[in-house]
This record gives sequence, C-alpha cells and structure tokens, in this order.
Amino acid sequence: MRVWSIFKKEVRLYFVSPIAYVVFAIFALVSGAFFYGYLIDYAFYSMRAAMSPMLAGDLNITEGVMRPLLQHVIAVIMLFVLPLLTMRLFAEEKKVGTIELLLTYPVRDGEVLLGKYLAALALFLGMLVLTLCYPILVGSMARLEWGPLLSGYLGLVLQGAAFLAAGVLISSLTENQVVAAVATFGILLLLWVAPSLVANFVGSELARILAHLSMLEQFEGFAKGVIDTKAVVYYLNFTLLCLFLTLRSLESKRWRG
Amino acid sequence: MRILACFMPATSGRARVAGFDVLEHSLEVRRRIGYLPENIPLYGDMTVVDYLGFVAEVKGVGRAERRRRVGEVLERCLIEEVRGKLLAQLSKGYRQRVGLAQALIGDPEVLILDEPTIGLDPRQIVEIRSLIKSLAGQRTIILSTHILPEVSMVCEGVVIINHGRIVAQGTPEKLTGELSPVARTQVRVAGPAEAVAAALGRVPGVLRVEQATEADGVGVFVVESPRDQDVRAEVARLVAEQGWGLLELRPMGMSLEDIFIRVVAGEEPAAGAPGEAG
Repeated sequence: MRVWSIFKKEVRLYFVSPIAYVVFAIFALVSGAFFYGYLIDYAFYSMRAAMSPMLAGDLNITEGVMRPLLQHVIAVIMLFVLPLLTMRLFAEEKKVGTIELLLTYPVRDGEVLLGKYLAALALFLGMLVLTLCYPILVGSMARLEWGPLLSGYLGLVLQGAAFLAAGVLISSLTENQVVAAVATFGILLLLWVAPSLVANFVGSELARILAHLSMLEQFEGFAKGVIDTKAVVYYLNFTLLCLFLTLRSLESKRWRG
Repeated sequence: MRILACFMPATSGRARVAGFDVLEHSLEVRRRIGYLPENIPLYGDMTVVDYLGFVAEVKGVGRAERRRRVGEVLERCLIEEVRGKLLAQLSKGYRQRVGLAQALIGDPEVLILDEPTIGLDPRQIVEIRSLIKSLAGQRTIILSTHILPEVSMVCEGVVIINHGRIVAQGTPEKLTGELSPVARTQVRVAGPAEAVAAALGRVPGVLRVEQATEADGVGVFVVESPRDQDVRAEVARLVAEQGWGLLELRPMGMSLEDIFIRVVAGEEPAAGAPGEAG
C-alpha cells in the first residue's frame, strides 16, 4: 500500500522531469539505428547468399539480427542509461532535503526503497517494451525463433534489475546525482568487462572468479537461448545483495545521524 | 527537533513522544507526529494537491477520506488558490503554509514545528501565528523559535534549552515570576520630583522608589513592590490627592528576552545591554 504510493510518486516525478522522455528517446533512437544497420547487413548478406548457395548454410535471422541487437546493443545501452534512471532516487532527495520529511512519515525504510526501486524497474521495462517493435517487425517478414528471443529478453530483464539495484545502492550513498551516475556506471563497466582485464592469467583462480562475476559472461547464455539457473541465481543474488545493502545504508542514517 | 521527529539519533539521552521511544518505536512515533522542518523541503516538480495527496497516502489516510482531508488542510492553511501550482513556483509564505498543511494531514497528536515563521513578512507571520493558535487545544504543538515575543504570544509552556540542557521550564508567567520576585511599575508624574519620590515611598507595599529621569517638571519613577501585591491603585490615589498630574502608570513586565538572557548567561544581564538570542 505505502510501497504503491511511493511507487506512484516516483513514476510521476520521472515523467514531470525530462529524464524519462530523454532516456526513452535516446534509447529508442540508438537501438533503432543499430537495428537498421544489422537488418541492412543481413539483407546484403542474404542476397549474396542467394547467389552463392555455399554461404547460405548458417543464415539465420534470429542469430543474425536479434541476437547482436540484444547482446551488443541493448545490453550496452543499458549500461549507460540505467545509472541515469537510478541516480536521482535517493541522491536528489538528500540534496533537496525532502528525505527529511519522507523519513519522518510513518513508512518503513524498506517500503521507501521498494517503491523507488520498482518505479525505476517499471521505467526500464517500459524501455524494453519499446524494443519489442523490432522482433515484431522482423517476425512479420521472416520466420523468427521465439525461444532464444524470449530467453534473451529474460536475460535483459534480470540484468537490468541488477544494474538498477546497484544504482539505487550508490544513489543512497551520495547526495550528488552526477557522482551517483558516474560511480554506478564505472562499477557496472568493471563488472561487465572483468574477465578481459585478467585475460593474461587465464586458468588462474582469480580469472575464474572474475569470469564468474562478469555480467557479460553471465549474459552470453541468455542471448544464445540458454537459461542457466546459475546465471539466474547470479543476477538475483546481485540484485538482492544491493537492495539489502541499500536498506542498511538507509537504516544507518537513523543511528548515525 | 529532528531527534523528536525520528530523523536523527540523539547522541545521548532518550526521547519519547506520546510514550514511544523515538529510536525503538520510531514507526509508532511517526504515526503520531506532524513535522515541519526549519527549511521546508518540497518536491519542486509536484503540484500542491498532488503533493498533499501523496503525503496523505503515505500517512495511511484511506482512499475514501483522502480527498476530504486534503481539501480540509487546503482550506485550513489558506492555500486553496495555489492548489494546482508547482511547488517550485511557490513563494516562501506559501511554502511555509504547504509545509504546515503536510504536517497537519492525518490529524497527528503532536505537531512539531521548527521555526515556523522564519523568513516571512509581517503579514504572513501574523497569519501563520493565528493559524498555529487555531490548531492548539486539539493537540500538542511543540514550537521551536528564536523569536521570543512569538513565544509569549502563542505558547502556554516554555522550555529554554541551552547547549542541550533544560535551563528553565514553565509557563511564561511562572518563569517571569520565579526569576524576579519584585514587580516594577513605571510612574510618570508631573510634580516636584523630590516630594513625589518621598510620597511614593510611603505608599503601603512599596519597597523601593527609584527616580529615573526628570525633565520639565515631569519625573519618571520606578516603583518596586512584592509581585503578589498591586500598588497601582494606591499610587494613583496618592498622586491625585496631592494634586500632581499622573501621566503614566505602567507595569514593567519582565520580558522573555530578559529571562532568556538571564538563564542562559546564568547571571543578571547588564542594564541596557543588547540581548543576544543565540
């Protein structure tokens, strides 16, 4: 109930400020541009394949257009854009001081957190819904494999949830929105590329741990159409850990001052 | 104030509101208070009605009642005419009133107001004060302020806190009474100064007469008497009997400023020294 009121307030604040519109527009523009590029590439490739049948064997529109779109484009845009959605959640309230009133209302810290987090998540899901027009467009012209597509989207949702949780945590630690956004972006980027940082120590224990921590590595399976419980658990754990730490950081305000 | 509103922890000691500890039963306390911080932080991008609706929701006012309650505080705090405006566009006076409105929503038992009239123009100050006064009676209002005349105007009980310690406590009258056992009355009389002073000294109950100034045959005297004995009637009769002109007869109440300076400094204030309300 209280979660719902906070959720509504946050969503409203997203839409009365330009943030939501800018994020939606940029997201649609960039992903649309890449979609166009992949589709044109694929069209040329298939025309060449039509002339020399030897190439036609591995022609697959799901693999050729949708998979790179999800894995290399949407997932990467998320890395840039999601920190912008979460940066204001707590940092702004702390800067303006509205947190003082919010925390003196009879709401639990967990309800505040959940309301805010779900608002960001809802906005992110809205963004993903926008991208559904690409598979619908492709599906209307060619035969699409829906399985890998669905698992890809599931992967994006899980990954987005993890990104947002990290963003909320960092937003609760600072009162500067830019700091929150940049720090979130940096940490996510490091987690993203963790294994390539230690490429030279392949086979070492450290490399294995880092590879497991890497978001990129975890996402790979989803893009291919494999729903690995290990990856699902990884994303959920990451999300819950971040939310739990955020809760602690909020609660600590009550005794730390 | 922030400690009472459960926003900050106390470095030492405990605080209870309506019988609940602010640290251990913070939620119970927060259900019972309405809090107006010193600088009112508002969501600039929300309209007044939306904001108050949100506050009502968060405070657990049911959907059916919400509209009515919001309408009520809008009316009560005289902010009906700005209901559709963005909070960021409001003037200081309106912000203050919106702040008061959000504190009032949900009918809290205890209202905590931190410097509610600071930064307002005189007309707004009068409006806010009368609003606060109109709220009294139904609930406890805790008001912190550095404007001491405000205290004498609106408060029934006073607590003076210096460096976190209570240094004086009671009704304004009691504080005045305790701190100075004698009442002083200023008398302005047109007549021979020395004779007047001597005559005043003979009035029953008068402890001491002090001549302040004299100019053009008009003397100003300060008469001290026990606080529980009113000598004004006697003084007036005497002056009239002697055929002098009684120009002024005024009780010199001890102001809260005097009390404040005295209890905070822990000593008598130097006469005429400007008080510093820290």
